[in-house]
Formats: sequence, structure tokens, C-alpha cells
Amino acid sequence: MIQWISAVSVWLIPCIILIILLTATAKRIPSYELFVEGGKEGLKMAISLLPFLLGMLVAIAILRSSGALDAFIQLIEPVLSALGFPAEMAPLAIIRPISGTAALGVTTEMIQTYGPDSFLGRLASTMQGSTDTTLYILTVYFGAVGIKRMGDALKVGLIADFIGIIISVIVVSWVFA
Amino acid sequence: MINLIWALMASIGIVYAMLNGTMDKVNEAVFEGANDAITLVIALTSVLVFWLGMMKIAEEAGILRGLSKLFKPIVTRIFPDIPPDHPAMGYILANFSANLFGLGNAATPMGIKAMEEMKKLNNSAAYASNSMITFLVINTSSITLVPTQIIAIRMQYDSQSPTEIVGTTLIASLVTTISALLIDAFLRKRRELSSL
Repeated sequence: MIQWISAVSVWLIPCIILIILLTATAKRIPSYELFVEGGKEGLKMAISLLPFLLGMLVAIAILRSSGALDAFIQLIEPVLSALGFPAEMAPLAIIRPISGTAALGVTTEMIQTYGPDSFLGRLASTMQGSTDTTLYILTVYFGAVGIKRMGDALKVGLIADFIGIIISVIVVSWVFA
Repeated sequence: MINLIWALMASIGIVYAMLNGTMDKVNEAVFEGANDAITLVIALTSVLVFWLGMMKIAEEAGILRGLSKLFKPIVTRIFPDIPPDHPAMGYILANFSANLFGLGNAATPMGIKAMEEMKKLNNSAAYASNSMITFLVINTSSITLVPTQIIAIRMQYDSQSPTEIVGTTLIASLVTTISALLIDAFLRKRRELSSL
């Protein structure tokens, strides 16, 4: 199964590239010139993205390094335990929507500490895999096209993350009962 | 809301550091955070230039149009504001497919391109349109068939069955995405009612 999956992911991208290039050549479309043209757009997007991303990453770095995030997690842990939510999951649940790299670090640590096949290891894996970093996604996508007013996007994204956390706990408890 | 969250994250951190004596760490974090952003953007630049170059060829060759024709019945229902044959549709589908197969690197450039096309359809340059919000809501709750990164970590720590979480991850992300779409639809209705 694993071999099959890794084989597919290794073949997928080169095959997509091949299909695009062969189709363009068959249709006599100037592929290299179009590639350069599209690439230039990519460069422009990357530059317009920088200030959005930099501002966000600095704010997150300040919050984490000051110890405020850890203090907040310690504060709400007893509340979560009282509600029947595994308190060990609190750091991951809170960091997941904010920072992708930090969340990956926490997940790795949890898998290492509790073992990949423990309840907490499976739960951390599911939680990490089932959502993306909301704040990062919104910053990158809105930033690249220069939209400053996000509307309800952040609200829905964060509510969805909250639902995702609860669903992960329910699904993992149920499937691996 | 994003202004408030942004300012609060930094302010809370600084005030907490004052009380907690971690100001030196905060000083470091400001520069490290800025540095991380540069590193990240450089990594993104390579991916953006490559994939947007490829997708430009795909667009001209009619591959994106073919893709949107294939999935037309589903996506026109999720994105009623986008004409079915608009290029935005092709990029949205390319982004979804890349996410589904765990090709995060390729998904981001196509997603950004989709946003750009949706911006052309939008009559405001500064405000997010309904389609943009729906699109990003689906992206943040990312449906992935095979979470390769997690499987790799599980293998690294000698899991008996590294892929056993594929099912739970898929169910969790499906339920999350559907709930997110419902909340989004509800808020959209509310926005439309209040603008009447």
C-alpha cells in the first residue's frame, strides 16, 4: 500500500508536465514562450505576497517566543479536560490554525512521545492531516492578489477548524475503539 | 477582524514578555520571523514561477477548459457566481485536484491564479467576493486523499500501520469541509439579506 502510494506521488507530477507539453506541442502552441510569460506572473505574485507573509510571521513569532501561547494553553487545559477533551491535544488544537510548521513540530513530538499507534498519536496524525493552516492560507491567497478585506473568510475558517478538532476526536475514538 | 487578530497577537506577546522577562526572546523572534518570511517567499517563488509557467501552457492548450467541463455539474453549484466556461473555474479545479493528491506545492500557485481570475469577476478590488470566500474555506479545510507528510513521520517512528490514519483523516476533513460550506452558505445569505 505504502509503496503503491509513494510510486503514484513520484510519477504524478512528471506525468502532468509531460501531458501539458505534449498537448501544447501537438496543438502547435509556443510552449516555452508561454512558460516564460506565466512564470513572470508568478514572480510578481511572490513579491506582492512578501509583506503580508512577513507581517503575519513576525506577529506569530512574537506571540510564541514570549511564552504567552504556552501560558494560554496551560490555562485552558483543565477546562478542556473537564469537557472530556484530551488535554494533551490542546497545544496542537490551538497552534494548528495559526502556524503550519509549529503544528507539524507539535505533531511530530506527540507521535514521538506517545507512539504513532497510540490513541494520542493517531489523533494528532488525523488532526494534522485533516485541516490546513487557516491563517497561512488566507494570508497567502488574499495577499498575492492584494485583497485587504477578507469578509467572512477568517470567521468561517476558524469555526471550521474548531469543528475539525472535535470531529477528529470523535472519528478517531470511534474508528479505533 | 484580521487587523484585530494581527495586532492582538503581537501586542499580547510583547506585554506578556514584559511581565515574564522574555523580552530578549521577543527581540530575537522579530528578526527570525522576518527572516522566515523571506525564506518562505523564496521557496514559494520557485514553485510559483514553475507552476504558473506550466499552467499558462495548459490554459492555452485548452487542458484547463477540459478539466472544468468534466466537473461542471458539481462546481457550478458551489460557485454560482462564476460562469462555467470562465478560466477561474479551470484553476479552481486544478487547485482542488492538486490538493486532493497532496501536491501542496502545485496547489498554491493554481489557487492564487484562481483568486486572480475571481478578482477580475469581482467589482471591488479591495473586498473579497463570495466565490473567493467559498474557495478559501474549502482550501483551509483541505480534503487530502493521502496525507503523505504524516505517513512519513509515522513511518519514521516505527508505526505498525503508518497508513491507518488515511481513513480517519479523510472522514474528518470531509465532515469539516461540508460544515464549512454550510456555514459559508448561511453567512452568504445573511450578507445578501443585509445588503438589500
